[in-house]
Amino acid sequence: MPHFYDEMYSDAATVRPHYGAFANWLGQQPPHLIDQKRAEAELNFQRVGITFAVYGDNAGKERLIPFDIIPRVINAAEWARLQAGLVQRVTALNRFLHDVYHDQAILKAGIIPSERILNNAQYRPAMQGVKLPSDIYAHIAGVDIVRAGEGEFYVLEDNLRVPSGVSYMLENRKMMMRLFPTLFARNRVAPVEHYPDLLLDNLRTVAPHGSQDPTVVVLTPGMHNSAYFEHAFLAQQMGVALVQGQDLYVSGATVYMRTTRGPKQVDVIYRRIDDDYLDPLAFRPESTLGVPGLLDAVRAGRVTLTNAIGTGVADDKSIYPYVPDMIEFYLGEKPILNNVPTYQCRKKDDLAYTLANLPELVVKEVHGAGGYGMLVGPASTAAEIEAFRQRLVANPEGYIAQPTLALSACPTYVESGIAPRHIDLRPFVLSGKTVSMVPGGLTRVALQEGSLVVNSSQGGGTKDTWILEN
Amino acid sequence: MLSRTADHLYWMARYTERAENTARMLDVRVQYSLMPQSERAEQQGWRTMLGVSELEAQFSAKYGALTQKDVIDFMVRDPDNMSSITSCLRAARENARAVRGTLTTEVWETENTTWLMLQQHLKDRLFERDPSQFLEWVKYRSHMSRGVTLGTMLQDEAFNFIRLGTFLERADNTARILDVKFRFLASDTIQAGAQGEFYYLAALLRSVSAFEIYRKVYRDAITPERVAALLIKNEKMPRSLVACMAAVVANLHDVRNELSHDTERLAEGLYAMLHAASIGDILKEGLHEFMTRFLASVDELGNGISRDFLIPVAPPAPDAVPAQTQTQTQTQTQTQTQTQTQTQTS
Repeated sequence: MPHFYDEMYSDAATVRPHYGAFANWLGQQPPHLIDQKRAEAELNFQRVGITFAVYGDNAGKERLIPFDIIPRVINAAEWARLQAGLVQRVTALNRFLHDVYHDQAILKAGIIPSERILNNAQYRPAMQGVKLPSDIYAHIAGVDIVRAGEGEFYVLEDNLRVPSGVSYMLENRKMMMRLFPTLFARNRVAPVEHYPDLLLDNLRTVAPHGSQDPTVVVLTPGMHNSAYFEHAFLAQQMGVALVQGQDLYVSGATVYMRTTRGPKQVDVIYRRIDDDYLDPLAFRPESTLGVPGLLDAVRAGRVTLTNAIGTGVADDKSIYPYVPDMIEFYLGEKPILNNVPTYQCRKKDDLAYTLANLPELVVKEVHGAGGYGMLVGPASTAAEIEAFRQRLVANPEGYIAQPTLALSACPTYVESGIAPRHIDLRPFVLSGKTVSMVPGGLTRVALQEGSLVVNSSQGGGTKDTWILEN
Repeated sequence: MLSRTADHLYWMARYTERAENTARMLDVRVQYSLMPQSERAEQQGWRTMLGVSELEAQFSAKYGALTQKDVIDFMVRDPDNMSSITSCLRAARENARAVRGTLTTEVWETENTTWLMLQQHLKDRLFERDPSQFLEWVKYRSHMSRGVTLGTMLQDEAFNFIRLGTFLERADNTARILDVKFRFLASDTIQAGAQGEFYYLAALLRSVSAFEIYRKVYRDAITPERVAALLIKNEKMPRSLVACMAAVVANLHDVRNELSHDTERLAEGLYAMLHAASIGDILKEGLHEFMTRFLASVDELGNGISRDFLIPVAPPAPDAVPAQTQTQTQTQTQTQTQTQTQTQTS
């Protein structure tokens, strides 16, 4: 592994200034107290039922996501820059989505090859020409960011479909404040607890035109979904109904929910179901999770879906390399956040380079997510690399490759004590009439030594994320 | 409120109450088995207990001969037995999890903790080592569930549907216990003489926490007539049929909608009938006949509540409706197992 940036220490003996107060405090804590607090945290998460389901494991089995008590701390100046970069990037992505589903200027200008968009499985022709409130498509974005060096941030993925994890951001903060209240007296940590209010405000502003006091609901696939806890959590925090497909029906291009007092019209649906499952009449006919006729209601402008149908065309890994171009095209600005250099294996030269350098590269499926089906060259055996090479050669269109970034690491409790582990950051960006976010995000940590895969489905854990105020 | 949400709340409460009642019946049976009695009477006692929940056939198909150990196993932890304590507590917790956002944190954590603790007790085999302690635990978790509901929930529709579930289930259970126990009383297996009858009735009263209440109310010998009067007609006795129906009527009134007129009339009719009936008449007609009619009405009431509030657009009705008096269970069409999963995008 190349040398990596440590979030807490600038060298073996020197604590970075913004970690000073925390490091002092940690040094004063007797080890048994920390052990006791860690056990308390686990017990609390279990009791509250903050669990997620793992696919492919025992069906319906619930697990806890490991929580680490050493926070990831970001200073005010770095956050200001990150925030500006996120606003810029998400604004451009929404402009791009609106363009794709209307004039397609960016295709006409030859900046992105038309077939990349129009032949993309995530492009939804049914959304062509449909007018959406405020022209917003990705109302909630969960942008994955990693740090390589001092001030050097890269965007790994723009999650614009149904990004999850915000409930862990909020629960982790609650847990930290409960376990270590004194810490928050010593550090000026920016609050994140108003996220649900911000989200609800945002959802209400994108209600269809003319709806007074709009009714908002959260649509979940149900309690067997891996993120069910989060769906229930957000609905409760916003004080809106948590519905399943069977609770809704469409009549006269209008969506209603079935209540104990009869039908009630629904204006905004924060849906946590993928496009494919949303409407059996329009997409997968076998889906029992969705609502027949929902697409019609969207097209008639009678209901707003957040995120809109068809946002996947902007966060697809084959489109990712073009995001810096989008920023320049729509905003006339230089990108503030870096893209990771990406080799598109569908291109002959890129494929040749990738095949020649597999042990150094990270290779991902274009349509993959959740850390499934990827190769991390430096962490793989020769046999694993060979097996992956076969799959890559058989289907080069399905893959992209990127240099293995030296992800930054943060001190983390592991079996042998405290040791650095690689981390990423997922801030949640809300778009409506304006673009906004709470100062923070979900920090995920790869608990295996040397591992770069932080996904909870792959055994990753989480940390509280502190943005320090000046 | 969403119909599905009301459905989950209602069944969460019904299954919690059912677990408690199963524990009550088991506990009394365990206590009573400590009394000197013939093996035939002992066997008959366990059979009666299964009869209350109409589980004799399912039990013999699986276990064959009746032994205390097997019956306890079947009623405590058998996942195939929908009335076992484990099945009921799982169903209660799954229903709570489906609507955790509607419950207060305290109610949800109580249901979840009960389920987590149950796993531990099953692992430690507490119910084999010390059945009474285990059954006592089940009862107290149910008390806690009710208490935390009363103590923390806003008294809105959600609360009303929880209460409807609790009292409808309780009415059903009290009626079943009375029916079966009185049938047994009429048979010849009880130890002859006033003493045998005393212990038998005392056990019945304890199973519904009514032994001390009986003493307080009557200050007199325990007779079948008075026991029946207490458990059917005493408005102040929290597990009596009339008290349960009064609570059902009040909660139905609070959630009234355009469809629920007939269901409300039915509940009021049942309440008025219990209120007006004389114990002499009931016993003359035959307690079994009376309870059979009552249970059929409770069933009809349950169906009415489902139809009017919980499943407003009815799914196709199942063709074969099981025997009228069979214990009601949650329909699968609503919610329960949604096996279709999907991969999250992120």
